[in-house]
Amino acid sequence: MRFLHKLAEGARLMVGVPDYDRYVAHRAAHHPGEPVMTLKEFHRDRVDRRYGTGPGAPPRCC
Amino acid sequence: MATAATTPIAPIAPTTVREWITWAVVAIVGAVALGWIALMRGEPVNALWIVVAALCVYAIAYRFYGLFIASRVLRVDPSRPTPAVRRDDGLDYVPTHKGVLFGHHFAAIAGAGPLVGPVLAAQMGYLPGTLWLLAGVVFAGAVQDFLILYFSTRRDARSLGDMIRSEMGLIPGTIALVGVLMIMIILLAVLALVVVKALTGSPWGTFTVFATIPIAVLMGLYGRFLRPGKIAEMSVIGFVLLMAAIVGGEPVAHSPTLAPLFTYSGPALALILMAYGFVASVAPVWLLLAPRDYLSTFLKIGVIAGLALGILYVRPDLQMPAVTHFIDGTGPAFSGKLFPFLFITIACGAVSGFHALIASGTTPKMVASEADLRFIGYGAMLTESFVAIMALIAACVLDPAVYFAMNAPPALIGTTAQSAASAIANWGFVVTPDMLDQLARDVGESSILSRAGGAPTLAVGMAHILSKVIGGQAMMAFWYHFAILFEALFILTTVDAGTRVARFMIQDLLGSFVPAMKETQKLGPNLVGTALAVGLWGYFLYSGVTDPLGGINTLWPLFGISNQMLAAIALILSTVLLFKMKRDRYAWVTMVPTAWLLICTLTAGWQKLFDPNPKIGFLAHAQMFSDALARGEILAPAKSAAEMQRIILNDRIDAALCVLFIVVVLSILLYGIGAIRKAKAATQPTTQEVGDALPA
Repeated sequence: MRFLHKLAEGARLMVGVPDYDRYVAHRAAHHPGEPVMTLKEFHRDRVDRRYGTGPGAPPRCC
Repeated sequence: MATAATTPIAPIAPTTVREWITWAVVAIVGAVALGWIALMRGEPVNALWIVVAALCVYAIAYRFYGLFIASRVLRVDPSRPTPAVRRDDGLDYVPTHKGVLFGHHFAAIAGAGPLVGPVLAAQMGYLPGTLWLLAGVVFAGAVQDFLILYFSTRRDARSLGDMIRSEMGLIPGTIALVGVLMIMIILLAVLALVVVKALTGSPWGTFTVFATIPIAVLMGLYGRFLRPGKIAEMSVIGFVLLMAAIVGGEPVAHSPTLAPLFTYSGPALALILMAYGFVASVAPVWLLLAPRDYLSTFLKIGVIAGLALGILYVRPDLQMPAVTHFIDGTGPAFSGKLFPFLFITIACGAVSGFHALIASGTTPKMVASEADLRFIGYGAMLTESFVAIMALIAACVLDPAVYFAMNAPPALIGTTAQSAASAIANWGFVVTPDMLDQLARDVGESSILSRAGGAPTLAVGMAHILSKVIGGQAMMAFWYHFAILFEALFILTTVDAGTRVARFMIQDLLGSFVPAMKETQKLGPNLVGTALAVGLWGYFLYSGVTDPLGGINTLWPLFGISNQMLAAIALILSTVLLFKMKRDRYAWVTMVPTAWLLICTLTAGWQKLFDPNPKIGFLAHAQMFSDALARGEILAPAKSAAEMQRIILNDRIDAALCVLFIVVVLSILLYGIGAIRKAKAATQPTTQEVGDALPA
C-alpha cells in the first residue's frame, strides 16, 4: 500500500504535481488560519507553474 | 561554515569481506562481458552481453566513483539543511523521498536525444558507441549532472545561468544565456526534423500523430472541468484513445479517400509543424501542453521499461558488426571520422549539457538531504545512459543492410529498392530488393528507404524486439507505429514547451532594448516573441528538410556540438567552484572531462567549418554550390539558381552558428581560467553558498 502510494506520488511529480495532502498538512502546521487552496485550485496553480510564464518555468530536455 | 569537518567521511573501499567479494564478482562479470563484446569476432554477439557489461560498469561507477565524488570531492553533508527543508512551502520547495524525486528528475532529463544519437552512431558498429556511452557517462555526463545538482542545491536552487553570473561574472553569464538560446533553437529544429523524417509520406504515422491533438484537448477539457486534477483518469482515457488511433491508422492508410489527406511531403510537414508550434505555444497550457505532457511522460517511462524487459526476454543477437569501415568518415548516416564525430553524435546518452539546466531547475528545490544527491544526480544519468544503450541495441539487432537502407540519403542509394540494394551491396552488406519491400510491408509503410533521423530505425528495431514478445509478425506494423507515435509525442511536447521557453528568453533579451517586449503576459509581445522563436527554429527545420545531404547530416552535428559545449560550460563552472572551495586537489574530476569535451567539440566545430570535404565542411559545401553556379550548373536537389543561392546561404548561416558556438565556449573558458586564478590567489574559500548562516 505504501509502495503504491509512493508510486502514485512519483508519477504525479513526474508531471510536476506535488503531493496535495502534504501541502494541506504544511499549511495547517505553518500557516494556521490562512486560506488553503482546494484540490482544484492547487492543481490549476501547479499546471500554470510548470508550463506557465516567468523564470520558474522548468527547462525541457532533448 | 557548515560542519563539513565534523561529518564522518565514509570510506570508499569496501569494509567487509562480504562486500569485497560482491564487488569482485561484479567487476569480474563486467570485465568478462566487456571483453566478450570487444573481442568476439565471427559470430553474432548477444545483446545480453552489452546489457550485463553496462549494468556492471554502472554499479561499480556508482558505488566507487560516485561515492568518491560525494564524500571526498564535494563532501556532501547530510546534516546541512537543503533549500527544500529551509524553504518548505508545500508547493515548489518540498522535501521529497529520494525514489520519488529520482523519478521526477529522470523523467525531466530523458528525452529524444539518447534515443536518436546512438541509432545514428550505430553506423560505425556497436562497439565504439557502447564504449563511449559507458566511459562518457561515468566520467563526464553523470559527473556533470551530480555536481551541478549539488552546486544548485547549495545555492537555493539557483539556475545554471544565475550561478555562472554570480560566481564567474555578468559577462560570462550573459554569453552563456545567448548560447543556451541558440542551443534551444537548434534542438527544436533538429527534433522537429526527426518527426518530419518519420512522417513524410506515411499516412498511418501522420494520422496517429495528428490524432494526439484532439485526444490531448479532450483530456485537457476533462481535467479542467469534469474531474479537476484527476491525472490518472485523464491519462488512462488518453492512452486508450491513442491505442485506438494507432489501430485506426491502418484503415486510413489503405483508404483511397482518406490516405491522401494524411500524406505529406517533407516541406509541407515542416510548415504544418511550424504552424502547430505557433498555435500550441500560445494556447492555454491546460488545453494541449499539459495533457500531452502527461501522456508523453508516462508513455516514455512505460516504453523504456517495456524495451528493457523486451531485450531481456528476447535476448536478440546483434547483426551489426562490432566496428564497420565507416569509422573512416564515409558513412551515410552522418559524415566525419570516429574522432571527433562519434562523440558529437551520441550526444545526450553519454553527456548532455541540457541536463545542467534540469539539475539547476526544479529538482534541487525538492532534495530532502544532501545524502540523496548521488542517487538522484549521478544515478539518474546512469539510467539515461542505459536508455541510450538500449537504443543502440535496437538499431544493431537490425540487418545492417536494412539499417543503411533506412539511414542513407537518396543521393547515395536512389529511391527504389533495386537501386538501394545494389548501392548497399557495394558497401559490403547483402540485401535483396524483395527483403526491403517485405520489411516495408511488414511495418505498414510504402517504403523504408532513406528514413533518416533515427526515429524510424529505432521504431523498426523496437518493433523487431517487441513483436517477438507480443503479436509476432502480424503485430510488427502496430509496434512500428506505436514506436513512431511514442517518439513523435514527446518530441512535439518538447517543441511546444521549448518554443515557450525560447519565447521567454527572446522577450527577456529584446526587453533590454524595447521595454514593451518584456510584458510576457500581454498578447502583442507574446505573439511577436512566439513568432520569432518559431521563425528561428522553423528556418533551420525548413533548411534541413530541403538539405541535399538529408538535413540530419547537417543539423544533428550542430546540435551535438552545441549540447556538448553546454556541458563543457557547466563543467567549467564546476571546476571554477571546486577551486573556489579550495578543493584544488580534486579539480581533475571536472577538468579531465572538460578537456575532452573541448577537444571533441572544437575539433568537430573546426572540421564543420573548414574541412575540404563538402559533406563535412559547411564552407566547402557552399563553395561547391557557388562554383557550380558560376559555371551555370544546377546541382541536385536544387532545381533553380535561386534554390542554389538558398543552399549557399544556409551553409553560411550554419557556419556562422558554428563560429558562434566556438566563440561562446572559448570565452567561457577564458573567463573560467581567470576565475580559477583568482580563486587560487585567495587564501580562503571564496565560493558563495547560501544557507550557511541558518541554524540546522
